[in-house]
Amino acid sequence: MTSQTLHDVRFSEPPRTRNYLNVDYGVFSWLLTRDHKRIGILYLISVTTMFFVGGFFAFMMRLELLTPEGDLLTSDTYNKFFTLHGIVMIFFFLIPAIPGALGNFILPIMLGAKDLAFPRINLLSWYLYTIGAIFGVYVIVTGGVDTGWTFYTPFSTQYSNTKVFATTLGAFITGFSSILTGLNFIVTTHRMRAPGLTWFRLPLFVWSMYATSVIIMLATPVLAITLVLLMVERTLGVGIFDPTIGGDPVLYQHLFWFYSHPAVYIMILPAMAVISECVAAFTRKRVFGYTFVAYSSLAIAFLSFLVWAHHLFVAGISLYSAMIFSFASMLVAVPSAIKIFNWTATMYHASVSWQTPMLYVMGFIGLFTIGGVTGLFLGALGIDVHVHDTYFVVSHFHYIMVGGTVMAYLAGIHYWWPKITGRMYPEWWARLSALLVFVGFNLTFFPQFIVGYVGMPRRYHAYAPEFQVLNVLSTAGATVLAVGYLLPMIYLIWSLFYGRKAGSNPWGAVGLEWATTSPPPLENFHETPVVTWEAYDYPAFLKAMRETQHV
Amino acid sequence: MKSDFPLFPEQASTVAGSVDTLYITLVVVTGAVSLLIWIAVFYFAIKYRRRPDNELAQEIEPPMALELAWTIIPGIIFIGIFVWGAWVFFRIQRPPDNALEVYATGRQWMWKFQHATGQREINTLHVPVNRPVKITMASEDVVHSLWFPSFRVKRDVLPSRYATMWFQATKTGQFHIFCAEYCGTEHSKMIGSVIVMDPREYQQWLAGGPEGSLASQGERVFQKFACNTCHTGDATARGPVLAGLYGKQVMLTSGNVVVADENYIRESILNPQAKIASGFQAIMPTFQGQVSEEDLLKLLAYLKSLTPPQPQSRPLAPESPASLIQSRGARATSPATASPVNQGNQP
Ligand code: HEM
Ligand SMILES: [Cu+2]
Ligand SMILES: [Cu+2]
Repeated sequence: MTSQTLHDVRFSEPPRTRNYLNVDYGVFSWLLTRDHKRIGILYLISVTTMFFVGGFFAFMMRLELLTPEGDLLTSDTYNKFFTLHGIVMIFFFLIPAIPGALGNFILPIMLGAKDLAFPRINLLSWYLYTIGAIFGVYVIVTGGVDTGWTFYTPFSTQYSNTKVFATTLGAFITGFSSILTGLNFIVTTHRMRAPGLTWFRLPLFVWSMYATSVIIMLATPVLAITLVLLMVERTLGVGIFDPTIGGDPVLYQHLFWFYSHPAVYIMILPAMAVISECVAAFTRKRVFGYTFVAYSSLAIAFLSFLVWAHHLFVAGISLYSAMIFSFASMLVAVPSAIKIFNWTATMYHASVSWQTPMLYVMGFIGLFTIGGVTGLFLGALGIDVHVHDTYFVVSHFHYIMVGGTVMAYLAGIHYWWPKITGRMYPEWWARLSALLVFVGFNLTFFPQFIVGYVGMPRRYHAYAPEFQVLNVLSTAGATVLAVGYLLPMIYLIWSLFYGRKAGSNPWGAVGLEWATTSPPPLENFHETPVVTWEAYDYPAFLKAMRETQHV
Repeated sequence: MKSDFPLFPEQASTVAGSVDTLYITLVVVTGAVSLLIWIAVFYFAIKYRRRPDNELAQEIEPPMALELAWTIIPGIIFIGIFVWGAWVFFRIQRPPDNALEVYATGRQWMWKFQHATGQREINTLHVPVNRPVKITMASEDVVHSLWFPSFRVKRDVLPSRYATMWFQATKTGQFHIFCAEYCGTEHSKMIGSVIVMDPREYQQWLAGGPEGSLASQGERVFQKFACNTCHTGDATARGPVLAGLYGKQVMLTSGNVVVADENYIRESILNPQAKIASGFQAIMPTFQGQVSEEDLLKLLAYLKSLTPPQPQSRPLAPESPASLIQSRGARATSPATASPVNQGNQP
């Protein structure tokens, strides 16, 4: 009986209606749109483009590192490449990616709303992002920047003669686009939930996005202030960070990490949001420990503000502040562990599908676990002294940000692709590329833990010969990874034209986004939905769908 | 010997073993937990894969006890890791009193080392085995970081501020020195070697110093900048007596009391108005931009040498090497042996 119902829901082909894609085809209907779905797609295209720009720099670096000598690129070029890689990936991909592309598209629909609370501000946020990114591209084509994405002073203010000002200005402007997105998400979540959609009926996606938005609103202004101080010192010579003119270089590091540690959670919480949705959808089960998972997002948002100085353990903070920050870093790992355990437990007695998004979920759990436990190594003071600023750290944060966030981004894109485009992607190609990404990723980054512990510092253009074997493995892995990332570009675009048409709910998942047609109409729902079911309550959702069988 | 596929750097210091033990323990513990998680994921994914008879999953009410267990147990384990890590950190951070003093300057893109006996080296550091060595260091430009992978110690080298680190090598041989903090174009060339020698060879090596001890070089800097016009060593002079100052508590006109450590001395030279010792006028001129980093370190060594000698703080090896140096023709004014009075009164 139930399976019969599921079948109905999945393949009942809705009559061709006007949807948000075919209401208008003009260029300005896109560039001036206030529809959160179209803005989501603008973000999707921009951040994905930036991902490949950042990827290009990464690949060139890996090629350089095939041999110990610095023979392919000059030192300056290499330094610019890792700087640009970091800046593009962090400010123009990881931070905006999931909130901007998937959050914008899905969050209002999940809430049963017609749009975000402030549609014009939402459009403004995309323009700010784009202006920031244009600064980034301007820097790339006019000679680059070589400070590292961390812009440490006094190198960035007094010594670097590259395009530091334009770069920081770009990052500064992009920061405001995050703030506006965060503002929109918070207000929308508070004010625009459908009737019956209480806080504890919210999908975990919303909880996690909400926590992300809180961090964005509180932390990003600090980044803005820090970058302004940096620009002031660099252009006007006012002594803020440079000790020779009366400043304090470590102050910069405190300010920078006061934003950038929370920022690592701005990057990972949205990923956790996607994973919670996909786990529920592909196990056809309520996420185990819903309230624990929901509250753990808030706990992360809170604790993430208390650990910034763990990036400064060898920079000269006192023994006792080192102890306090080490302790707090251990605490922040607990909510992440809770999530991992609950997602895994969700699969117990579940109905696990091996479709692509679930493969990415399994990959995420595997990789994020490694990223998380190596965070414990770094949080342990005695080990951090040795591995700080080595490839061990590089590997740690790639396991989190690529193994975590990028995997989740891909999971989310595949999961919501039918909703966004109305088409299915080719399943077997997608599975193949998920496998390539997983294998390629581990081959690229696992050796870096070892080479870091053995003694290879990060940001080295040339290195000691005994590190070579591990570096060659890493470059080989990067090649596999590149194929894994390029494949989806091809088959997803192909599917826009030739993909099988998707029904409203091709996965048989629970959630308001699956209660409307694919692609959704301009106003998201044909009639205002009323929520009568708990989060991820399959039987109740299916029953409600049967009763309101929309046309 | 260096293998092609190393898993660890050489263990060549007293702390290396305890860092590695913690590291290996964490690898085993976290590896085991991760493995359990992956096995669970795979096992569930296969066992409960979607089949026609389980299109919908069975709902399970999560037991509270389970949720609490996997919140509290990891929490306790993580705190255990914290305690262990902090314990190792204390060993890494706290230098023993009898350490041999070495001074280092970082600049784009080289390391300069100065020994108490006056030797200077670039990108190479000679130290004796089985003897604690304390490095006091500053940068002339941007932030660098001095790292000895085989000793498992690292410390950022900051501009205009002294940082210290210490280690005790346990193996003779040659090991890497790397700059770990990105510092510009040739960051990856800011590397060198530390050469750990047995004490006898080390003494021979030390004997090569041509310019006199670091403290005596500092004394010359002291005279060059005419510091002695005010700091005459007389309690009634315009400047305070500097002998015995290092490590002492100083009462300031502001009423605060500070310890005269390296950074206090540095600030007193470069920014004398910042803290005025009580009983004195704010008349000292700044030497900012006039004294180089290296000269500052020499001055520091000189001022430290003016401290009344204490038996444990001799910077040279226990078997009274001063005589050794003398006999090999180096200058006799080794800071540990010359009495402060003598030094202060030298013309
Ligand atoms: C499980 C909890 C985590 C702990 C205890 C932890 C701990 C640490 C520590 C102590 C460092 C500093 C290492 C050093 O520079 O010496 C670090 C670096 C880093 N972590 Fe984590 N981390 C955790 C999770 C995360 C997450 C979730 C992200 C990102 C989404 C992340 C991203 C980063 C990044 C980007 C860096 C390096 C930044 C840089 O130096 O450029 N970490 N982590
Ligand atoms: Cu952090
Ligand atoms: Cu460097």
